[in-house]
Amino acid sequence: MSQVDASLSLANPSPRHLNTPQKVFLGFVGVGVTMIFLALFGGAAGREALFMWTIIGSFAIGGIGYAWSIYKDEAAGIKNNWTWFFSESNRGTLGWILGVAFTAFYIALYWFPAWLGLNPGQANTGLIAVFDPLSMMLSGNPASQWFVYGTFYTLAILVMGIKFIWKYRHSAYHVLRTVSIMFFQTAFAFLIPEFMARLNHNPEVQATGASIPYYDLKNMWPLNYYNFDDYRVNSMIDPELNSLTGNLGFIMLIIGVASVFVISPILTYFFGKRWYCSWVCGCGGLAETAGDSFRHLSDKSVKAWKVERWLIHSVLVAVMVMTIAVVYNYLFKQGQNFWINHEVFSMGVAALMIGLTVLIWIRPKLFGTVSQDIKIIASGLMVAIAGFTMFSWLTGAERVFFMEPYALKKNYGFFIGAMFSGVIGVGFYPLMGSRVWCRFGCPMAAILGLQQRFFSRFRITTNGGQCISCGNCSTYCEMGIDVRAYAQRGQNIVRASCVGCGVCAAVCPRGVLSLENGPNTGNSRMEESRY
Amino acid sequence: MHVVIIGNGIAGVSVARNVRKISDHSITMISSESDFHWSRTALMYIYMGHMTFENTQPYEKHFWKKNRINLVRKYVTRIDAENKTIHFSDGDAMPYDKLVLATGSQSNKFGWPGQDLAGVQGMVSYNDLQSMEEYSHDLKHAVVVGGGLIGIEMAEMFHSRHIPVTFLVREDSFWNGVMPPEESNMINREIRMTHGIDLRLKTELREILPDEHGRVRAIITNEGEEIPCQFVGLTAGVHPNVDLAESAGIEKHRGFLIDKYLETSVKDIYAVGDCAQLRHPADGRRPIEAVWYTGKHMGPVLAQTLVGNQTEYIQKTWFNSAKFINLEYQVYGDVANKVRDGERHLYWEHPTEHKSVRIVYNAATGIVQGFNLMGIRYRSDVCLHWIENQTLVEEVLQNLGPANFDPEFFKTYEHELVRLYNEQNGANLKLKRRKSLRNVFAILNS
Repeated sequence: MSQVDASLSLANPSPRHLNTPQKVFLGFVGVGVTMIFLALFGGAAGREALFMWTIIGSFAIGGIGYAWSIYKDEAAGIKNNWTWFFSESNRGTLGWILGVAFTAFYIALYWFPAWLGLNPGQANTGLIAVFDPLSMMLSGNPASQWFVYGTFYTLAILVMGIKFIWKYRHSAYHVLRTVSIMFFQTAFAFLIPEFMARLNHNPEVQATGASIPYYDLKNMWPLNYYNFDDYRVNSMIDPELNSLTGNLGFIMLIIGVASVFVISPILTYFFGKRWYCSWVCGCGGLAETAGDSFRHLSDKSVKAWKVERWLIHSVLVAVMVMTIAVVYNYLFKQGQNFWINHEVFSMGVAALMIGLTVLIWIRPKLFGTVSQDIKIIASGLMVAIAGFTMFSWLTGAERVFFMEPYALKKNYGFFIGAMFSGVIGVGFYPLMGSRVWCRFGCPMAAILGLQQRFFSRFRITTNGGQCISCGNCSTYCEMGIDVRAYAQRGQNIVRASCVGCGVCAAVCPRGVLSLENGPNTGNSRMEESRY
Repeated sequence: MHVVIIGNGIAGVSVARNVRKISDHSITMISSESDFHWSRTALMYIYMGHMTFENTQPYEKHFWKKNRINLVRKYVTRIDAENKTIHFSDGDAMPYDKLVLATGSQSNKFGWPGQDLAGVQGMVSYNDLQSMEEYSHDLKHAVVVGGGLIGIEMAEMFHSRHIPVTFLVREDSFWNGVMPPEESNMINREIRMTHGIDLRLKTELREILPDEHGRVRAIITNEGEEIPCQFVGLTAGVHPNVDLAESAGIEKHRGFLIDKYLETSVKDIYAVGDCAQLRHPADGRRPIEAVWYTGKHMGPVLAQTLVGNQTEYIQKTWFNSAKFINLEYQVYGDVANKVRDGERHLYWEHPTEHKSVRIVYNAATGIVQGFNLMGIRYRSDVCLHWIENQTLVEEVLQNLGPANFDPEFFKTYEHELVRLYNEQNGANLKLKRRKSLRNVFAILNS
């Protein structure tokens, strides 16, 4: 009985037996996958609509049917039997195959869309052509690789969302938040931007020379790092376009700024970052639904937590630097066209950075458990950003940080936007768990996390001394939080990374955990129970 | 000062951690079972595939080094109390200044014919789990004997592997020695709606029959029925592991007998957790409380004594919890399996679902004694606060909202309890406080 055994399950104790309905529904999924491969190699030419609906239909029927066939005879309750036995969910052969397949898909999507059938300046072929009919129907444009991706993404959230609801049907919290995720993905991320794009076909809109940007309204900066790029801002503030569309562009711009500076701090104060990360966000949405089978694969070690903090906050710094550079440069080129010019902007940035730095040092209680080193590093960075910005303004420089803003942006887009959030973020689901991006990379999660940690009413309450240290909560935490470490000493859990999915509270066999919002903020949320 | 702890379960670890917190004593923790502390309560989840063995270990490997808790993987055969030395099965020995016995429990066997056959075992240790795993490979039918918490866990484990189980329970309703009839009956129903578990109440094991290889092939019940099976789980309770008592000359009864400072009859030898038996338990409490929380509570108390600050162990207000298949159970305070003289029970049960709340209070004074919950979670701090502050049932009922600990958006039933109480007592109480954290703090600070 050696401790080295990864688990008792090494020699898969009882191989999986699929019953007939399960085989049939998995067969449907197989049909969908086969059709995708056929389409990739040109097999769909001339039969695009047939292929499209067959692919969508077979994934929908297969996925929902499979969920039905595995859960229909099971009483409502936690369904984690065999999780560590199945090859796809224990980093076994199937897991690796899935990981490689997802990764390959993302590589093609980001860097080799031609493989998928995108032909710049010419009609689509291959897989992308298959989705032309749907794209024409929604926006009136032929499909792009992003449209194909969006369609699959939405389909995955809807189908796997239904599976998730079935799995957690005993919990109203999970049912509601999954419905919310499915709604925001379908309406905000998928349909509304397509419908808005349709408006661009209007001859009057075309006459303005501007076009309404593709805008998923819930996808806020800095997750949406390109939100304040020149071309988007220009089209949002185009006077002719705005007068035609009832100031749609201005509204978009205001929502864009307000969501990060006003709406999200208020909601995060009251409910924690979960209102976004596991109720609204698309990345979170995919992780919660399609990624649910992999949530236990996240690394729970203290070491991983350390890596996480360095990595995610570095991305946050990078996105801030990049955005400041882009916006400053844009405003500089605009001269005195708007009341917000590069001078006002520089002062605003400096005021925000200096203000936060002062807050760190005059309200040490608020940041009680943060080490002195981290405070110094954070203050240093913020003062540096403020300094650079002010320096550029005062010396009349065109750029901040002495760098070409679009070179910065290009690098960020490549390394963070594509490689981290897509290829690693989703491609590595079956290897590192479903929230790799949300945990290690997302700058939005970083901002919301800082708010949640220091200034929010949210916490996971531990129910007195009832914890039996079994480890289900930690195992099923997709963010890799060692929930048990807190629960077993009767302490509430307040962690920047917690997305409030609520699965720890659901899998706890003794009813020890509960997600709650209450009067205390800051560290007082973490007092140990006296029982 | 060298503190040696035998056993790395929750009781032993709790002592080790707390000694380290308040002293620089050198600490050695010995186990023959596993290299590292793991959560015994999670045994079933390993078998069911919810967790790996590593997942059940609450502390990472570096924790032990960092906290200078020396881990030894050996089997202790003998204690030489005179020379303050323990002896291992490999011939080695180790001196100690203070010795803590945290040796836990083992499964009861009641002298059934065939109880030592291959494929017949209990479920307490990691070893038990591994052998259960081995026997599961060609298992067509299992029998579980004994209607307690481990029995139902074992039945659920086999159920998860699609192995049919016959579950023999001596009592006429599951766990009715602890649970009041209504709750006990609810568990019967929960088991019976689980396809593949055949619950046989009022049925006992008479004999276990071997095949030609010395493995179990069938059992015979007290009614003479022969049930073919290739595995028999013996889960009719546990008893303390007291094998070491004799060599050390420690006085024992069922467990190592300990005084209020958790010390055994031999100086500088202490016992904690499942293996310890209090000479003078508190009123209405058992001398051996073989649950997780006992081990966890004794640790910090004994640690004080071990560093020279003699501290009495006082049994905390009772609480416990369990999960029967999908049905969660929590108890706070004193809830017996029947309405005893001088007490009254307010019992509400959901008409269709498996949910119930029972509030026990003194008939004469109205002081609340305990809460028994099925399928509904209540808040530990609030329930214990009410019990320890001798709160009156009518005050509890009017403030019952914040006692609820179910997740957000779950339906709450506290108004039903108030309505029921009004109906039964001709009262006119109103639920004044709703479920909210603000109201919880208001109660706890009152």
